[in-house]
Amino acid sequence: MAKIIVVTSGKGGVGKTTSSAAIGTGLAMNNKKTVIIDFDVGLRNLDLIMGCERRVVYDFVNVISGEATLNQALIKDKRLKNLFILPASQTRDKDALTKKGVEKVLNDLSKDFDFIICDSPAGIEKGAQMALYFADEAIVVTNPEVSSVRDSDRILGILQSKSRRAENGGDPVVEHLLITRYDPERVIAGEMLSISDVEDILAIPLLGVIPESEAVLKASNQGTPVILDEKTKAGLAYSDAVMRLLGSNVDYRFITVEKKGFFKRMMGAGR
Amino acid sequence: MSDSCFQLKGSVLTVVVLELYDFSSTAFAKQLQQKVKQAPMFFQGSPVVISLEKLNIEVKRIDFTILIGLCARYGLKPMAFKGGSQRFRDAIKSTGLIHLPAASLKSATEPVEKPQPAAKVEPETAIEPETVVKTVDEEKNVFWPTKLITQPVRSGQQIYAKQADLIVTSHVSEGAEILADGNIHVYGALRGRALAGAQGDENARIFSQSMEAELLSIAGNFILNEDIRTRVWKERAQVYFNNNVLHLKPI
Ligand SMILES: Nc1ncnc2c1ncn2[C@@H]1O[C@H](COP(=O)(O)OP(=O)(O)OP(=O)(O)O)[C@@H](O)[C@H]1O
Ligand SMILES: [Mg+2]
Repeated sequence: MAKIIVVTSGKGGVGKTTSSAAIGTGLAMNNKKTVIIDFDVGLRNLDLIMGCERRVVYDFVNVISGEATLNQALIKDKRLKNLFILPASQTRDKDALTKKGVEKVLNDLSKDFDFIICDSPAGIEKGAQMALYFADEAIVVTNPEVSSVRDSDRILGILQSKSRRAENGGDPVVEHLLITRYDPERVIAGEMLSISDVEDILAIPLLGVIPESEAVLKASNQGTPVILDEKTKAGLAYSDAVMRLLGSNVDYRFITVEKKGFFKRMMGAGR
Repeated sequence: MSDSCFQLKGSVLTVVVLELYDFSSTAFAKQLQQKVKQAPMFFQGSPVVISLEKLNIEVKRIDFTILIGLCARYGLKPMAFKGGSQRFRDAIKSTGLIHLPAASLKSATEPVEKPQPAAKVEPETAIEPETVVKTVDEEKNVFWPTKLITQPVRSGQQIYAKQADLIVTSHVSEGAEILADGNIHVYGALRGRALAGAQGDENARIFSQSMEAELLSIAGNFILNEDIRTRVWKERAQVYFNNNVLHLKPI
């Protein structure tokens, strides 16, 4: 039985797809058979970030409507043998996903995967609710600013009232907080909320803090999830988050302002 | 031993008749509350028939659910409606209570309560008839279970404790709203909107371990965030209504 994890946020553009790609890849690197599903029908970009856009033939909607089998639509990652992607359709709208259809796909995938990562579209409406409905766990992606935190709070409310687990009255969805685009210097300058500000408002356990990093954009342009680059802080921070997701106790890094040495100061800030 | 399980007997039951002249939930709640305060033992659990015979003909609509709810809140047990215009028939039917024809009950000689007594009447004299006082001698507890919420109340969510108190053991986020007809207790931070005495009970209060609310209201009297900020911000505090003023005090 696979563990179904939704990556969600409410607000758009906070790093859900970046995080889905990184965490899915990280789990596969830890020998967990993982599939990442793009629920953002109409705006697919998980395949771009994973660098497999040219190999998309069939998609999630085709599988649900019976036009293709799951095996035809799943794309195997070129780098990791345990990693698969189920891309979204670019030509359909969000109504193409039905609860029954999604449930069937998830049930089929559950049989031979360890983890199913659902990359949610932005918002709190139907599309986002479909992505989170079947989740066992949720990674709530938040930028350290007020509107993003507020939206995450709303999505947490929906997780605890409108998910399958909430409706069936079983164990609640397990919640994880992932703070992305964190910049300690801007926190000190009072331009960003601190980690404890965010934790105080949302009151869910922290899974990771990903620093603001130019490497992220570069990695997505190259179609390589940033976690594969072990020289970047963002990549290392994602690796730490994956280890915590797998139950390890890992210290936090890159959350305080780094003292720059003389050489670095002269040369300008590094990555 | 007899082989029948019961026997039917005629009997005369003394009940309180609440003669309605007009209905606004706030005014009604206020008057009833004062009345009950005078003789809590007497009213606790007493059956009551609500008479619409003397209702002002101007009154077109009555929210019977609220009316019954308020009676219940103050310990009365509404059992029937009596009389009233045809236009209330369906609404009364949907309450599930009995609807008696107008002249079905013989009223006691003295009214149990007068609409506006000019002089302050002593509680004892206000209670008629004698016999009822004697039969209702044991205190019955009308118990409305408090609504308990143990998870955070998140932005966009609303919780309503109907005819009851509300306890939240976690926090209430900005953008969330909690309401109770009774009191509200929040054991985490209260950052959203909280409305106690939602049906007009001015005695309701709001308590929080950390007062950071967007809005606090008691029976419709409210105070906004900016005022709270200057007074008990992030403190352990309570809000109550007294002498027409909302009081915001640390505890
Ligand atoms: N840690 C980071 N540092 C710098 N830029 C980042 C970081 N994380 C994400 N970004 C950038 O933010 C933008 C949005 O990222 P992404 O597409 O992952 O967000 P999303 O939440 O999936 O958006 P949408 O709501 O549109 O699906 C991208 O340009 C990405 O490169
Ligand atoms: Mg996305």
